[in-house]
Amino acid sequence: MESKETKLHQEVSSLAILESEIRKLQYRQDALIEVLHIAQNLFSYLSKETLRYVAKQLKLPYSKVQGVATFYHLFRLQPPAEHTCIVCTGTACYVKGAYRLLETVESWSGLQEGHISEDSKISLRSVRCLEPCGIAPVVVIDGKVRGHETPEKLLQELKGWFVNVKDRS
Amino acid sequence: MLKIDLEEIASKEIAARKPNRIHCCTAAGCLSAGAEEGFEQFQKEVDRLGLTDTVQVAKVGCMRLCCQGPLVKVQIADSTNSPFPIEDKHGTIQNNNQIEILFHQVHAESAKSIVAGFTGQKVEAVRGDFQSPFFQNQVSVILDNSGNVEPERIESYIAAKGYKGLYQVLHHFSLDEVIHEITRSGLRGRGGAAYPTGIKWGTVAKNKSEKKYVVCNADEGDPGAFMNRSLLESDPHRVLEGMAIAGYALGSSQGYIYVRGEYPLAVQRLQIAITQANRLGILGTRIFGTPFDFRIDLRTGAGAFVCGEETALMASIMGQRGTPTPRPPYPAEHGLWGMPTLLNNVETYGNIAAIIRNGSDWFAGMGTQTSKGTKVFCLTGNVVNTGLVEVPLGTPIHKIVYDIGGGAVEGNTIKAVQTGGPSGGCIPAEMFDVPVDYDSLAKLGSILGSGGMIALDNTNRMVDVARFFMQFCMDESCGKCIPCRAGTVQIHRLLRKILAGSADHADLDRLEQLCVMVKDTSLCGLGQSAPNPTLSTLKYFRSEYESLLKESDSTQRINLPLLCSSAQMGNQEQLSAETKGS
Repeated sequence: MESKETKLHQEVSSLAILESEIRKLQYRQDALIEVLHIAQNLFSYLSKETLRYVAKQLKLPYSKVQGVATFYHLFRLQPPAEHTCIVCTGTACYVKGAYRLLETVESWSGLQEGHISEDSKISLRSVRCLEPCGIAPVVVIDGKVRGHETPEKLLQELKGWFVNVKDRS
Repeated sequence: MLKIDLEEIASKEIAARKPNRIHCCTAAGCLSAGAEEGFEQFQKEVDRLGLTDTVQVAKVGCMRLCCQGPLVKVQIADSTNSPFPIEDKHGTIQNNNQIEILFHQVHAESAKSIVAGFTGQKVEAVRGDFQSPFFQNQVSVILDNSGNVEPERIESYIAAKGYKGLYQVLHHFSLDEVIHEITRSGLRGRGGAAYPTGIKWGTVAKNKSEKKYVVCNADEGDPGAFMNRSLLESDPHRVLEGMAIAGYALGSSQGYIYVRGEYPLAVQRLQIAITQANRLGILGTRIFGTPFDFRIDLRTGAGAFVCGEETALMASIMGQRGTPTPRPPYPAEHGLWGMPTLLNNVETYGNIAAIIRNGSDWFAGMGTQTSKGTKVFCLTGNVVNTGLVEVPLGTPIHKIVYDIGGGAVEGNTIKAVQTGGPSGGCIPAEMFDVPVDYDSLAKLGSILGSGGMIALDNTNRMVDVARFFMQFCMDESCGKCIPCRAGTVQIHRLLRKILAGSADHADLDRLEQLCVMVKDTSLCGLGQSAPNPTLSTLKYFRSEYESLLKESDSTQRINLPLLCSSAQMGNQEQLSAETKGS
């Protein structure tokens, strides 16, 4: 477990990096999306404070920054969970039974698609096409892409995390 | 840098090549199947067995047959003297004694065995087959370098005649001559709208302005389509070269590539490619020692399908919410920051250098009367072979689905193909004789689109397919105009009602009426084409809809849609009569 101090220290240095990156982009307002990408990579999500900071640096109204951040799906406004399972529901995966995968995970875990478990341990999401369609259906477990997935294989993989969830409930 | 010698770089590169090569596909599809581990194992084994002088392991791009990945191609320079044991000649291409062998599903163990083959040992790995109909029915124009060139090394691209087209135009072509050549080739935009590229270039070139922009639309959002990703990951320099040629022809000095945020590998490879090209003076200032300056910057999307629409894309490049604006004014007059802007798809730029190098006649010699050249398709869904397919435009669908795709998986039958993504439609198997070109597919109520081709078999319910696409458009609607924002929700609700078995004929009529309304009144292409999958399934698979309806009093039927044009109605009634009859 990280101590509060190290966490604070990390945040301060991330902020310094963000500031220098914004400077490199010459405080250009049209670089807002690039800046939000950088900020999300540094802080793992976009908190209200981060958005306020970006707005101030780029001399943009907060509403505008908030508007852009909420428009695009890839920007996260909540802290990410410890583990993520993303089920691709693009057309090729859909045709090959992606929804069976999603339903299996949903009924096993009790989590709804698009939700994060109460203890912030697990997030279950669907995404519209990751594009390795040749190996559909595809899931991404903690950043690792897995093709030709079946409900059985997927559950096997997730069991480790979900055992804890079951214990909790 | 003032002048660089492409020939010198190319000959140095070719001289440094080892006689035997192992090409590992490292495009996203094979990487997710474990290509990286295979590549590392190859290198380790080549080192361990002391084969570094004769065998070279290289990371290359896509080799098309994605479903069998990770794919590896072994090239043996001299088959007559090689210790590499080849049990059968089948599945190899022989050319000056050089042999190419394809391997499927190459993981660590099989990688080990393949390298041991160079010491004369038996090779235990799953063999692919370059002589199979999947490869034999395809051509290589845009994908010429994919699987051969190393995407992260500019020298490798230059050795494959790379940047010769740019050099040629800068030294031997006037601005008008470039545009003339592209117009003559008959190339049409590969992003889906199929607008003649030469005419588009001409319009932007004519608009006098201090600044002009060249934009590459790499926001490939259609689910089930990955042609652009594959090209960017396999051969990024080809796209940069095409953009630079466009920049020269239009008098622009700044290009942007807008890449989908979900493509981190493409972003990374483009970044590397741009840095390498800048270093060699192929991009930047005074390119090849001429007065032409051109820089290319990357812009990363953040997950919004609507940003593939050109006005939304430009809004996003300028850091705004990606909502479309009405046209005119068109980007060619009033684009990025109000300046004339050229927007083309990745694949369109991918064709440019080849047209310059080989001439417009060569390009116009492929394809059909109105659709010239070749097209890359992503064949996915319920067929045996899924992956990337390049064929001349005008190739019949059955050749793609049955010969190249290998038909349905055991026991099933193909029912339809869906083309053009959420904006396209479904084409029933009875119509597979139709040539795949822009105009023929439009006549059938679908579109060629950007090149996604998803095979559906008897296990897929067409009403559910329509619902799937409508849900996609509903989620991705930007919300600016009401027909799209509210209409997609209502259509989706009606489709769900039909699927739940609680809809009656009146609902089906309402569905049709709503589809036509959303199509006719939406602001941008997303809304205008969102009803296409529903309309085309209604047209060809109406019986599937009707079998889900509950019996109702026929007097309850509402009046037929007033918004339909008489031609459309005639067509639908005739088809519904046909389906009922069958």
